[in-house]
Amino acid sequence: MQSGLKPEQEEKESLNNIQQKIQNSPETLNREGADREGADREGADREEMEPGFGMRLRRALGKVESIYTLIGLLLMCIVLSFMHPAFLSMRNFSNIFLQASINGILAIGITFVIISSGIDLSVGSILALSGIVTGNALSGGMPLAAAVIFGMLTGGACGLFNGLIITRFNMPPFIVTLGTMSIARGLALLSTNGGQIYGFDAKFLFIGQGKIAGVPMPVVILILLALLSSFILKYTRFGRYCYALGGNMETARLSGISPTLYLTLIYTLSGVTAGVAGIVLASRLSSAQPIAGISYELYAIAAAVIGGTSLAGGTGTVFGTIIGALIISVIRNGMNLLNVNSFLQQVVIGSVIILAVMIDSFRKRNRS
Amino acid sequence: MSVTIPPVVEMEHISKSFPGVKALDDVRFSVFPGEVHVLLGENGAGKSTLMKILSGVYTKDSGEIRIAGDPVELHNVKDAMHQGIRIIYQELNLLNNLTVAENIFIGEEPRTRGIIDWKKMFTESQKLLDGLNLSIDAHQKVSELPVGQQQMVEVAHAVSKEAKVIVMDEPTSALSSKEIKELFTTIRKLQKRGVGVVYISHRLEELLEIGDRVTVFRDGQYIGTRNVREEDGSIKIQLNDLITMMVGRSLDQQFPKVKFTPGEETLRIENLQTEEKLRGCSLSIRKGEILGLAGLMGAGRTELARAVIGADRITGGSVYRGGKRLRIRNPGDAIAQGIGYLPEDRKLHGLVLELDVAKNITLTGIKRIISAFCLSLKKERKEALNLVGELRIKTPSISQQVRYLSGGNQQKVVVAKWLFANSDILIFDEPTRGIDVGAKVEIYRLLNTLVEAGKTVMIISSELPEILGMCDRIAVMREGNIVKEFLRADATQDAILKYAIGAEA
Ligand SMILES: Nc1ncnc2c1ncn2[C@@H]1O[C@H](COP(=O)(O)OP(=O)(O)OP(=O)(O)O)[C@@H](O)[C@H]1O
Ligand SMILES: [Mg+2]
Repeated sequence: MQSGLKPEQEEKESLNNIQQKIQNSPETLNREGADREGADREGADREEMEPGFGMRLRRALGKVESIYTLIGLLLMCIVLSFMHPAFLSMRNFSNIFLQASINGILAIGITFVIISSGIDLSVGSILALSGIVTGNALSGGMPLAAAVIFGMLTGGACGLFNGLIITRFNMPPFIVTLGTMSIARGLALLSTNGGQIYGFDAKFLFIGQGKIAGVPMPVVILILLALLSSFILKYTRFGRYCYALGGNMETARLSGISPTLYLTLIYTLSGVTAGVAGIVLASRLSSAQPIAGISYELYAIAAAVIGGTSLAGGTGTVFGTIIGALIISVIRNGMNLLNVNSFLQQVVIGSVIILAVMIDSFRKRNRS
Repeated sequence: MSVTIPPVVEMEHISKSFPGVKALDDVRFSVFPGEVHVLLGENGAGKSTLMKILSGVYTKDSGEIRIAGDPVELHNVKDAMHQGIRIIYQELNLLNNLTVAENIFIGEEPRTRGIIDWKKMFTESQKLLDGLNLSIDAHQKVSELPVGQQQMVEVAHAVSKEAKVIVMDEPTSALSSKEIKELFTTIRKLQKRGVGVVYISHRLEELLEIGDRVTVFRDGQYIGTRNVREEDGSIKIQLNDLITMMVGRSLDQQFPKVKFTPGEETLRIENLQTEEKLRGCSLSIRKGEILGLAGLMGAGRTELARAVIGADRITGGSVYRGGKRLRIRNPGDAIAQGIGYLPEDRKLHGLVLELDVAKNITLTGIKRIISAFCLSLKKERKEALNLVGELRIKTPSISQQVRYLSGGNQQKVVVAKWLFANSDILIFDEPTRGIDVGAKVEIYRLLNTLVEAGKTVMIISSELPEILGMCDRIAVMREGNIVKEFLRADATQDAILKYAIGAEA
């Protein structure tokens, strides 16, 4: 994963060196070309290049979109560590990450969708269907690797269905994925007649319950997917096109980007990550359940939005989304530790989501 | 205009910084009642910023604003409106899904007992539109109007309420000459009523027609203010002096046309038709020549370009490149065939405002920065920096979101984007819209370099001097047809206009 580390490194680098960079940035105001009128402008240019400290700081912070989310997460952790002694324990942290992993995996796919200014409500149901398909395949005697791939393909097929309907028939994603949400759930229930599948062998259970170097497998999978998808968003044409399509579909089209092709790919990808989440969840629970993942799509969308991915499209990072998923997890965990009534927990989580969207729209209003 | 009346607006020692940019540095500006004060300056000089400070969109960092002699603080748009300041922004600012009337009265709907009085709103809007000699129905949705008429709705909105000062930031960049005439008539009416008008435009000839005074900014600094006319109304000002004030040097040649011998035919359009507009257009363009497409707004020039590149569905006809018939179903196909189209509306079709300068520039030619299946961000920076330098795009860095660039600099980014795409055949639709005089010349030079490098260039432009100055051949469109072709030597403004409006016979 040498290359996969790049985005992370960049992120850190930009955090540390940003101030310096802004000061000596080679690109700060290109003046080679502009300077033909001589020295009288030079003085003014110097001044332009040295904005005040406050401004530099604001600029630096503005660059790392998810910095506020990260600060929010840290603050939350600090407060909770004072409120409950068990919060800071290694075991609790491992728990928080574990809780965040399924949501995080779903949210990665959703992040691509939201960046391209779409929405995917079907991931919770796709998760269940993929889990069931994998479970069926395993109990039917299919080898592990094949069954897992089969499960992921199922997710991908659902996503492809979404993508094709949305692009070919020019339908709003909200409606189409709402339909798929019901269809996939129905198929999952139909195929097991409402029952669940269990009795998996240890190899399959390792996916959700095993550990590598003390790190739970779901967390390992989340991290790998996060690195891979960060890389895709930043360093591939596909990733760049996601931003372009979400920012301005018509500009993208006139720039030669096929919305049909790429949106279909994006929804397919979201389906695949939902499939992965379904397999991991089935393994973790030691059973594939057709009612798994109900309303998970909401938490996945929330993670992305809390992490700074704008529902208007065109902006967002996987890094932010993971922070968002962690925030939801930390809130849950903290409330559990503090014995907060689980009904009240719903209210709190809902409020946090609304707050995040408010911040997003406020930020947008501020800049226009 | 007499000097004894005090100015309605005085702005002094105004400074404003954005992250990485000092947009205004201790500038001053004033407007007298009944005068048209033209604000001139290169792209990014700070014109729009100063006017947005006056209209309460931005707050100044320092300085003083006085209205009718009294110091005021304008914290938001409401404050400014309250002071009788109205602005027509550089970028259209209408709600497309609402009717014309709703847009004109937005935020100030006539009410009776708290309930919107729709009837009054529509009749008053219609009266206003008729008064401006516009054939616009107040019930129409804004999205159904052509851009020029949308702009005139903005004008109607600005004059709908009594105002002391009306600011017009590049109001004519999308207007036809007829609409410009109406606008000027309106401005003169406003003048008579004692309204002060601030007028921003990169078309210097408009300044001579409508301006009383002119103030020049350069790089956020105040350079000077001049009277446009003598006491007796005759023109006093020299455009060359103004250009020197604006760009810090004189421009020797406005249209640096270089002649090349045209080579073989590269693009041939045969009998192209679309449902909406095109009625069978044929054209042929040769390597090394610049073809101009002239015509009135709505004549179908943009539609022709869009049909060629597959942005709109065609109902008949075909496109050949080098004698080979092309199958173009979408803009992607056109780009793959080496045909690029720079769209006229930079915000809707040219840019992704959320992305930064570099990413916008490389969007179409993204293949060029791919190595080993990955985007090379290093290469991207390098290429983007080159183009930013070449076109003198004013931006604090190439990672600035294009949203924050001045209008003209955004336009330059669109030009850079299509240069980077490196197409063999380039169709430029209003390439210099909103671009300052100095930068226009740079772009014309670039066009020369392009044809010299063996590319084929077609320019769609509503500015006849530009077409006459730069094109080897000129095709005139009217109502979806190509009605006439001129060679450079035979073309005159009058002759082109005659064919454009259909008065040739
Ligand atoms: N909201 C903003 N954030 C950051 N920078 C800005 C913002 N608005 C303007 N600028 C910068 O301030 C400078 C002045 O911009 P302004 O829009 O006033 O130029 P202008 O004179 O109107 O140019 P044009 O002729 O291109 O419209 C530019 O360098 C621009 O990039
Ligand atoms: Mg401007």
